[in-house]
This record gives sequence, C-alpha cells and structure tokens, in this order.
Amino acid sequence: MATQINCDTGFVGLRHIKKTFNPGSVNEVVLFTDFNLEIPKNQFVAVVGSNGSGKTTMLNLLCGSVPADSGEITIGGRDIMRLKEHQRSKFIGRVFQDPSKGTCPELTILENMALADNKGLSYGLSRGVNKKRVDYYRSRLELLRLGLEDKIHLPVASLSGGQRQALALLICTMTPLDLLILDEHTAALDPRSSETVMELTDRLVKEKNLTTLMVTHNLKYAIGYGDRLIMLHRGGIVLDVSGENKSALHTKDLTDKFNEISIEDGN
Amino acid sequence: MDIVIGLIRNVLEEGFIYGIMAVGVYITYRVLDLPDLSVDGTFPLGACVTAALIRAGVNPWCALLIAFICGAAAGCVTGLLHVRLRITDLLSGILVMISMWSVNLVITGGSAVVQFYNKATIFNSGIAALFKGDLRVWRVLILVALVCVVVKLLLDLYLRTKSGLLLRSAGDNPQYVISLGRDPGTMKIIGLAIGNGCTALAGSVLAQQAESANIQSGTGMVVMALAAVIIGTNIFRKARFVKATTAVIFGSILYKACLVIAMQLGLPTNYLKLLMAVIFTIALVTNDMLGRRKKQNGHSN
Repeated sequence: MATQINCDTGFVGLRHIKKTFNPGSVNEVVLFTDFNLEIPKNQFVAVVGSNGSGKTTMLNLLCGSVPADSGEITIGGRDIMRLKEHQRSKFIGRVFQDPSKGTCPELTILENMALADNKGLSYGLSRGVNKKRVDYYRSRLELLRLGLEDKIHLPVASLSGGQRQALALLICTMTPLDLLILDEHTAALDPRSSETVMELTDRLVKEKNLTTLMVTHNLKYAIGYGDRLIMLHRGGIVLDVSGENKSALHTKDLTDKFNEISIEDGN
Repeated sequence: MDIVIGLIRNVLEEGFIYGIMAVGVYITYRVLDLPDLSVDGTFPLGACVTAALIRAGVNPWCALLIAFICGAAAGCVTGLLHVRLRITDLLSGILVMISMWSVNLVITGGSAVVQFYNKATIFNSGIAALFKGDLRVWRVLILVALVCVVVKLLLDLYLRTKSGLLLRSAGDNPQYVISLGRDPGTMKIIGLAIGNGCTALAGSVLAQQAESANIQSGTGMVVMALAAVIIGTNIFRKARFVKATTAVIFGSILYKACLVIAMQLGLPTNYLKLLMAVIFTIALVTNDMLGRRKKQNGHSN
C-alpha cells in the first residue's frame, strides 16, 4: 500500500493547494504546501485522519468557507476558486456534523423541504409551499423510515438529532448535485441513529449516483462504505486505496497505519 | 366616563400607529436577530417626507406609500453598511440614524417642525369623510387600525412566501440559506428594508394625524418598538394560535397604556423617556428570565 496520488482525470480536483493559517504570526500553521486530490465522477470517497490532519480544512476549501492561498479547485471542469460559498452551494451539497446546521429549526419539515426543493430557482413572492408537491415530499420522507411523513407540519426543532440529520441528508440531495460532502455527519449521533443515517447515506448516494466525499472518524464506516479510502496526515495523503485493495482492508490495517504515523511523530 | 373612553381611544390610536412600526421591528429584531437602531432616524424620515409631499398636494395615501419606500431605502443603507461593509449591526444603525437627521432637515427645508394644517390627510379626506356624527371621533382609531392590520396581514403573507421562508431561515440558521445557494446577507438587507419601511410608514401616519412633522419625533423609537416586540411576544409566548405579528401589536398597545396610566397618575412629562427606558428594561429582564426557565425545563425533559 504505497503512498500514491491518484491522478485519474478528476471530476472534482484539488491541485497544488497551499494553505497557511495565521501567516506571519506566532500561531502560524502551514497545513497544505502542495495538496493534490482527484476524484472521478460518481466515486464515493471516505476520508480518515487524526485531528489536525487537514480533513475538515479540505472540505472547507472545496465549499469555500475557507479560502485557499493558491492552487486550483475544479468541479465538473469549471474553476470554482473565485466563487463564494453560497454560489458553490448550488452544485455542492454539504451535511455537517451538527444536525441543526442542515435545516432551519424554526420552520416545519414541509417548509424546509419546500425551500430545498426550490434550490437553484428564484426565491420570490410566490407561495412558499407548493401544495401539489406535498405528496412527493411525503414519499421522500417515507424513505427515511422514521415516520416523519406524518409529522410534516411540526417544526424541525422538535425532532431528535438523528431525525434531523436524516432529514438534512434528504434535503441536501433533493436537487441535482455535482458533489456531496459529508462532514463527520454521524459523529454527533447515538450509535443506532448513526447506523440509520449511514445506511440512508449509502442508499441515497447509490440512488442518485452521487460523487461523494465523506470525512469520518468511524473506521468501520470508512471501510464498509464507499469505493475509495484516503488517509490524511499533516496535510498530505498517506494512504489511498480503492477497488479490491479497499475491499481487503480491515479496521486493524487502519489502526496500524495510525500507530505508524504517531510513532513517526514521536508520540 | 367620557374621559376614560377618550383615554382608551387615545391609547388604542397610538398603540396601532406604533404597532405598524413594531411589526416591522419584529422582522429585524426577532426574525433576523438584528437590533436595528436606524428606526430612530427612519421614523421622522417618514414624517418629514409625508409633510413635504402633502404640502405639495400629493394624495395622502400615496404619501404613505412613498414614506414606506423612503424608509425601506434607508433600511437598505443600514443593511449594506452591515452586510457588505461588515460594520457591526449596532454601528450601522447608529450611522444611518445620525445621517437621517441631515436628510430630514434637507427634506423639511431646514425647519425642525413642518405644519400642514387644513391640507388633505388620510384622516380628513377620502374614506375619512364617510365617518359622520358620533363616528367622527372614532375615525382616527378606525383608520390607524385599518392601516396597521393591513400591514400585519401583508407581512404574514410575505413570511409564507419563498422569500419569506428564506428570510426566516436567514435569522434562524444562516448556514442553511448558504446551502440553498443564497446569500443570507441579502435576506438581512431585505429584512432591514421591510423593518424601516414599516417604521417610516408609522411616522407618516403619525404626522398625518398631528398634521405636522417633527424631526425630533424619532427619539426613543427603538426603545418603544423593541419594548412592544418583547412585551407582545412574551405575553403570547404560550398561545400558539396568536400570530407573532398580532402579539406585537398588542404589545405596542399595552406599552402605550402603561405610559398613559403613569401620566394619569401624575408622572411629570419630563420623566416620560426615563419611564420608557424603565419599562423596556423590565421587559428585557423578564424576557431573559423566561428564556432561562424555558431552557432549564428543556434540559430536565
């Protein structure tokens, strides 16, 4: 399992990315000096790595919530470096670790879905919830198998974390996406909800054939789901396996790799 | 008895007039969570614009609309300062509030008070002429209630549109608006425009009722509007069937009632603004206590 950089023609591409936090100050942290990642279309990539390895920063660079110092970021052939976060959201969907971030708690389930259904169109003065679409929303909610289809008039704030995260995932994938980003999206949930959400993720990704980038601390999920696994360490890719090599991977291989890295660090 | 009825009528009239402003401030303060100080400047803006228009012979109902638009424009300035130039919400409000002083003086041609007695206002022309005999004394109340209810209903309608839902999300969870591919900042600007538009509209109605505009009439409007919003939404906190916009109008009436009662009990007029601040403080503190209790209950569940 040699360290290698996958250089397939990338549908999603991060090339020669440089990122330094707090440059010029005592808190300066050089994270990425020359980071490269290519993801082919329809690939489901799981990303693991210790804290501070650059996983979340990589997602933030893609989404635009943190700007890169230099380099090139492309999705579907278009350069998105100059696009603002909300402009990138038109074709990137993101589910956060915090379940409350993916929905509007004050609005009802129905209103949340109606808003998401309208993504990419104009938000004008027409009625917020299109009555003709309610049955469709119900049928999508049935997919979750959480009984939410009978609670569509309840504010999202009254749902549990697991229910909210399942809803956030559904909402995020309602309109066509070029890239789905899952930012430790099961980390804040109890084990059972976490399983439910992970299963749902797999079903939705397969149903819609989504190009997906999933950051997780759960090694079982990283091995069990997705077509490719990447391990990050100190702003570099130290492991990149896909296909049969990935299927043959065990949790122990990953923990061994983690240990190897920590020894290199002198811990 | 007549005195009491007169007092009640007076409270209701003023309650509804300031209620127009309060529903606007509800949008900025409660929906968007922005304490907007520019209303102290946009309230007299509405009054001054109205005075200038009515003196020029413009239809008083048109004057209401134009006052709303001017207020909304000023609100946009607050929004642009805050969202695009990244000045804090409080400072952006103060900047607009201060600049309105000059704007208002320009509009009034340099005088602090502009009178327009015997000119057509919404209270003495058009449908107001229909109120005859005993009804005449009630015409102001009926008209201000009408304007206030229409504004409230329009806002309720707006909050259910796509734009309205997005506005509510912008206050509740800006990240969600971003994930929908929209800029929450734009929604804040729209909200501030609506809030200040309503405030200027209230200023216009008050000016038409008094048949004069005073550039100093804005002092304390923030406090009054926020107090109405907080009192109203707290009283009807448990009553789910009462819309927040309705609650806010009740809050405004109640607040006015407190002031009038204090005056009737012999509080000298000089203490009015102090009293306004005290009532507001009480409302804020109770709001905080209720909020904390709610949180504690939430944890124990």
